[in-house]
Amino acid sequence: MQVPFTVKPRPDTGLYNAKIGIWLFLASEVMLFGALFSSYILLRMGASTWYVGSEKLSVPIGTLNTIVLIISSVTVVMSWASLKMNDFKKYKMYMGLTIVLGFVFLFVKILFEYVPKIQHNHIPSEHNFYAIYFVLTGLHALHVIGGLVVNAYLWGPGSKMWEVEPERFSNRIEVAGLYWHFVDVVWIFLFPTIYLL
Amino acid sequence: MDSTQDVKNEINLYLKVFGALGVLTVFTVAVAYLNVGIGLAILIAMIIATAKGTLVVGFFMHLLHEKKMIYLILIITLVFLMSLFFITFGTIGDQVGVKIVSESDSSGIH
Repeated sequence: MQVPFTVKPRPDTGLYNAKIGIWLFLASEVMLFGALFSSYILLRMGASTWYVGSEKLSVPIGTLNTIVLIISSVTVVMSWASLKMNDFKKYKMYMGLTIVLGFVFLFVKILFEYVPKIQHNHIPSEHNFYAIYFVLTGLHALHVIGGLVVNAYLWGPGSKMWEVEPERFSNRIEVAGLYWHFVDVVWIFLFPTIYLL
Repeated sequence: MDSTQDVKNEINLYLKVFGALGVLTVFTVAVAYLNVGIGLAILIAMIIATAKGTLVVGFFMHLLHEKKMIYLILIITLVFLMSLFFITFGTIGDQVGVKIVSESDSSGIH
């Protein structure tokens, strides 16, 4: 028996399964990050002293990573648009770029942020500022890794679906893109709250 | 989105949104170096972040043209998120930040 509405939308909701699934998942993610953001605000307001982000963290590196993620959001949506125009080669190029940019983000974060901080003993036990910094950016980095795994699969072995079920494959790219954009949106809020204020 | 022309129009829109996100990122960083109070800085930074987030969600995630069910899911999420913030912030002014002194530390109190 075939699972219904994997490609065509349900008549009542107008949505295919994966679309409603990813939005429900993203809703749960909003609550996860929302809980951590509210914890951050609570800790900061209750603390007698708090570090100013721009004095303890590298704003240029944070800005660089912001730009990298924004560009990757454009490339992932372009990969989906390429499929809509039946241009599989362009899809491969844009999705490949998205993956490369994801790795650049992680590379910059680990090599130019985490490693120097740990070497200088700027760790969570020093101050709650670093606890919040590592928890929020670390969880975000885990989400980037998760997105990279999915995107790499859809760029490589998963892309064979294009030959047999092109519409379903386009839907998969749309859903993967929605997740990737969400990761970008989280960073858009993380960057000013942790790095700048 | 059906025709190739529609997709091409969408791509033009994506590039414009990308430009706007770049400009707003510059503003975000500039605010950090402005000599304003922390309260105003937070307000401005959050307004810019919300504008950027809205652009990504609205155009890249196609929320502007989504089905009612998605809006319903997001409205319910927003209600729960606001409730979470409300409950958390409700504790401010209660005991948060008040130094707890143990009995052994406080002289004369037994």
